[in-house]
Parts: sequence; structure tokens; C-alpha cells
Amino acid sequence: MADQQISAASEDRVLMKGNEVLAEAAMRAGCRFFFGYPITPQTELAAYMAKKLPKIGGTFLQAESEIAAINMVYGAGAAGARAMTSSSSPGVSLKGEGISYMAGADVPGVIINVERGGPGLGGIQPSQSDYFQATRAMGHGDFFMPVLAPSTVQEMADLIYLAFDLADEYRTPAMILADGMIGQMMEPVTLPPARDPKDLPKKPWATTGTHMEREHNVINSLFLTPQKLEDTNRERFERYKKIEATQQRQELFMCDDADIVLVAFGAASRIARTAVRAARNKGIKAGLLRPITLWPFPTKAIDGIVEGGAKAFMSVELNMGQMVQDVELATRGRVPVSFYGRTGGVLPTPEEILEQIELRASELGINPAKAGE
Amino acid sequence: MARIIVDDVHCKGCGLCVAACPKGVLALDSERITPKGYHPAKLVDPDGCIGCSSCYMTCPDVAITVVR
Amino acid sequence: MATAPKTLPDYQEERIGSQIAADEKIVSARPHALADKVFNFCPGCTHGIVHRLVAEAIDELGIEGKTVGISPVGCSVMNYDFFNCDMIEASHGRAPAVATAVKRVHPENVVFAYQGDGDLASIGTAETVHAATRGEHITVIFINNAIYGMTGGQMAPTSLPNQVTQTSPYGRDVTKVGFPIRMSEMLATLDGPAYIERVACDSTAHIRQAKKAIKKAFENQVNGVGYSFVEVVATCPTNWGMTPQAAFDWLRENMLPYYPLGVYKDVSAEGYSNAYEAAAERAKDCPIAQKKEG
Repeated sequence: MADQQISAASEDRVLMKGNEVLAEAAMRAGCRFFFGYPITPQTELAAYMAKKLPKIGGTFLQAESEIAAINMVYGAGAAGARAMTSSSSPGVSLKGEGISYMAGADVPGVIINVERGGPGLGGIQPSQSDYFQATRAMGHGDFFMPVLAPSTVQEMADLIYLAFDLADEYRTPAMILADGMIGQMMEPVTLPPARDPKDLPKKPWATTGTHMEREHNVINSLFLTPQKLEDTNRERFERYKKIEATQQRQELFMCDDADIVLVAFGAASRIARTAVRAARNKGIKAGLLRPITLWPFPTKAIDGIVEGGAKAFMSVELNMGQMVQDVELATRGRVPVSFYGRTGGVLPTPEEILEQIELRASELGINPAKAGE
Repeated sequence: MARIIVDDVHCKGCGLCVAACPKGVLALDSERITPKGYHPAKLVDPDGCIGCSSCYMTCPDVAITVVR
Repeated sequence: MATAPKTLPDYQEERIGSQIAADEKIVSARPHALADKVFNFCPGCTHGIVHRLVAEAIDELGIEGKTVGISPVGCSVMNYDFFNCDMIEASHGRAPAVATAVKRVHPENVVFAYQGDGDLASIGTAETVHAATRGEHITVIFINNAIYGMTGGQMAPTSLPNQVTQTSPYGRDVTKVGFPIRMSEMLATLDGPAYIERVACDSTAHIRQAKKAIKKAFENQVNGVGYSFVEVVATCPTNWGMTPQAAFDWLRENMLPYYPLGVYKDVSAEGYSNAYEAAAERAKDCPIAQKKEG
């Protein structure tokens, strides 16, 4: 239908909740298929989709399980559509199987994890304890996928838009790793332009029916010949190399002259930023590197900071220390790396982080500069 | 006058067609070996075939063409 | 009923067509929807018969160009190579979820899932039941041969009481591992399905009936009647440890009494045009379940 509305929200500048922005921006990115299963704390997202998607000719389907939901994303993606699912930590574990198959069969799709504390049923408060899972082990087999970490409601919109583009361009699943805090937060946001799914780039590999005009398309991750499987994996890792070379994204805050650089993403980065400002007020040259892509990890930015003369890195996370391993890998022993984290839904205060910065500064013999220096 | 043609590429010599033939005019050909190493089915009594397609229907490898 | 004259698929023109005289007519030939790939099934495995029936249904309905098949995990895992239509390989048991999404994305496509008993009735039970109860407009072909074939003959959800398998070496002890699932009967209790039939492939008469059922299951989808499910009672000579012919005998002797053949649900035979009408009638005393006008 030519006059069919292709966006649910009529305004482009709105005050919205993070979870709803994810939904709205996904629709504006051309996503018309949502498959999910109820779980806290991402319910607003599914509710928004349930309400709005049918109005713009889309499909909202509450699946029987997280496993079914991700396999529906696999099917819809295989059929050429932009499709997504959303969940929170325990539910995302169940999606691991389907995500591995998507990676193995080169099927694009977007998975949202509005993280909560774990392991097991854990809690329902904000957490970043799925960093390893998202960046290392989202399923069995040799694969990675782009993982994007929003820290504002605006980024919820921008990054899900980007996630769909990356997924299609590189034929890969892509993940938004958010947390309950950004998900539940309301902020003003400028929504991205609505795209008609019909105008998106064509997918000649999709299973849409041959219409007796071409050889049959097969979406598959089974390769029983060892050499064929190795070749397939190598080709995929060539794409990963391209992603690593071109898609690293980060925000640098006061890093130029920083002695101590905090590394934090998502909700933790908001608190870390306040702590960095407070440290600067006390004369400690602190800075913040905020990874926006968790995979690929912004190693080039870390190189730049190391070469710029930073004396130490401190990874601040809402977990027991996961991203810190990537910071250590990226710094390659050139500067010391420490970690500070709270877990279980406990958020550190800026004062608490400031205290850690001061402690670290004194350990390293970094003396606060006099004000104005 | 009916007869069958067996596609040696597909026949695995399982013998189900031989058993299914109501006229008992099929057998596995011990003289021949398919590329996959099986003795394929053959029509041993050309006059006995009635073209009923029972063999075609039972063949799990869809290796049989029936002509009349 | 007039049927179109049979022709050979292109790839057989040379090796088979060259043997056919000008005055001979083809009575039965390989369906066009089947590719020229040798099935990876053991000799005498009845998967191949069912593949032919599916391909014939696709040919006869003229739907190859718009059909998308979903392959399972199990012996027929590689059937994405056997059919000429577009195919998707699903993870173990998830074919109905994948089929659901494909059909939702392209409602004009004909979408079928082909699954074995471990795939459909064990690891994928939830996906099977829920696709059925949602009344997805898909066609599901279920091969019940009472065993896990691909992994070497383990006990299946449909293995018979006392049946010896690799993981029930003393026979399936129902007091310890419970009973086989009769999927057709179970799914027939749901409102979503339009058509459920159990057939077998052990004799030409049964295969003829199986063909009718499978074709109907595809036709129902083309005509919007609803979710259609055909269970085919089949054999696994290799893992049952018998010849293909003896396996047919075993099937008739043991499987058919436990898994009676027949139609378990058919809304069109009951006079409804689709599953929704039949479900509404069944729930006619429940006010909220009645569709509101306007």
C-alpha cells in the first residue's frame, strides 16, 4: 500500500522510554517482524511492538519460548526480512542455539539483550554480566557478531538502526547489549527517518521461492566435508576482519591528556563520566573511553590513548570483571589495567568510583595537579 | 506392452521393487554393478510387465521410470 | 481425471530419455521437484518414498517456484539438496518455528517442514504443538519410524514398548521411561490444525493413500484451509536390524496396531472452510471466544 504508514510515532523528536525507543527505531529501520517471549526488564519493548507493528503491516508474534522466537528470527531473516527478538539475560541464553545457526548460515537479524543480573535467574536490576556471552560465547562454534552498547536513550535509537544495517551488510546476527537502566529511562530523543522495507537493498540469497527463475537458494550451516566447513569459516572470518577494521566505535571523554583512563560502557559509563569530571576537579587527569562497539572492541582507540601517554586504565563494569580482559588484551601489557565493578543490580555511586580513581592515582604515584595547571 | 527403465545413478539395489511387483517379473541384476556398487533392479520377463507402477511407487530412490 | 503427460526431468533426458522409443509413453517418472542428487539414505529407507510423494505434490500443484521447505536434523538433514525449491536447514526440532516465520514473511509462499520423530516429537515438541495450536498455514510432514536413525538407533519418543534400541538395550521399559507419544491423536485435540492424517508407506495401497494425504496437506495450504499435518509410519531397516522387506512386515505387525492409520482431524470434511470456523463452533458457548462483528 503506497499510503501505508511506515512509522508508528508521528513525531521525530520525542520524550520516550529507552525500551520503547528500541522498538520504534527498529520499525523505522524497516523491521516488520518481531518474535519474543515475556521477560523483565524488556517488556515495554514487546508491548510497544505488539501495539504498533500490526498498524504498519508488520507481524508481532509472542512465541512459545525464547528458542522458538530466535528460530523465527532465523526463518524471517532467511526469507529476506528485517526481523528481531528481544529478551533479557536468562532468555538470551536460550537464544544461543539460534544465534549460532544464524551465524553459521549467514542469516542477518537483530537480538536485543536488556541485561539483568545473573547467573541463573539472578535478579532483575541493571547489570552487565553478559559481556562475555555477548562478545565471546553467544553460542557454539567459531563466530562473532557485532555487539552495540547504548548509553543513552538517543543511542538506543541510533544503534538499533545501525545494528540492522550491519546485520544486512555483513550477513550476520547483531546484538544490542543494553541494561535495565537505559531501558527504563526516559530521555528526549530524535528518532531516525523511517525506511520503507521495500526500499532496502535486495537479498538475492533469500529463500523467497525460486519462481522458476533461478537455482534454488539454500540457507544452511551444515558442511560435512571438513575442507568445505573450513573454507566457509575462513570466508566468514574475512568478513569479521573487515568489521574489525571499519566498525570500531567509541566515545572519548577527556582522554587527550589523561593519566588514568576509565573504560566503561552503557549505564556504567554514565556514572564513570561523572566520576571523571569530579577527578578533574580534584586535579587528577582522568578520562573515559566508552566503547560503543563491544565487538569489535575499540582496540585502535586504546592504542591511541596508550601512545598518547596514558599511565593506567581502569575498567568500570556492572559485573565481576569481564570487559577488563579486552582492555588488557588491547593494552598488551604496555600500561597497567585495573578493575572496579559492582554486581547484582547494585550501581556504584560517582563518589565510589572517584575514590577508586584517587586510590589508583596514589598507587601509581600520580600527584594531583594544582588547580588551573 | 509396458516396461521399466532403472536409473543406475539412483538405484541402491534394495529389492523393494522386486517384492512389490505383483507379477514377479523383477529381479536384482547380479551381472551388473551401479556406480555406487549395487546390483540394480531389472525386468527379467519383458512380456510380464503390466505397467502398474507398483515398483515405481515403492522405490525409495525414485530410480524407476515406467513406460508403455 | 485427466493428468498431464509425464515427462522426465532434464537431467534424465540423456541417460533415461535416450532409452525410450518414440512410440512409448511415460507412465511414471521422477518428479521434477526432485534434484538429481542420490539420497543419502540407506538402501530401502522409506524416507525416499516420502520425498517422492512431497515432490509429486509440488509438481502436481505447480507450486515449485513458490515453495520453501524446512529441513530437519536427522537422517533427512540434507534434504535441502534433494528438492529443487528453496530450502532452509533448521536446528533440531525448530522447523515449525522457522516455517512459521517464513510463512509470515511471505504468505503467498507454500511452506513445508519435513521432520522425523526425534526432531518433531522430542526436542521440538513445543515448537510442534505451538505451531499447530496457532494454526500456522504450513504443511508438516512427520516421519515416524520409531527410532533415531542418524545417530545410530537410539530410543525415540515413538519407540514401541519393549522395542530394543541402542539406548533401550533391554527393550523400552514403560515403567521406567514411559510410553510412546501418538502425535496425530495429541495434535488433533487442538483447535489450530485443519487436517491431521496418519498414513504408512509399507505397501502400494498405503503409499497411494499417503500420496493423497500429502497432496491434500499442500492443497490445504494453497487454499487457506489451515495447518496440515501428515504422519507417515515408516521404517528404518538399518537400525531395526532387518531387511527392507522384513521391516515392512515389522511395521505392519507392530507399528500399525499402536499407531492406527486414519484421519484424525479434517475440518473441510466436517463442512468448515477453515480451522477457525471449526474452532469457533467448538467454542460457541464461550462468549469471549466468539469473533466480534465489525
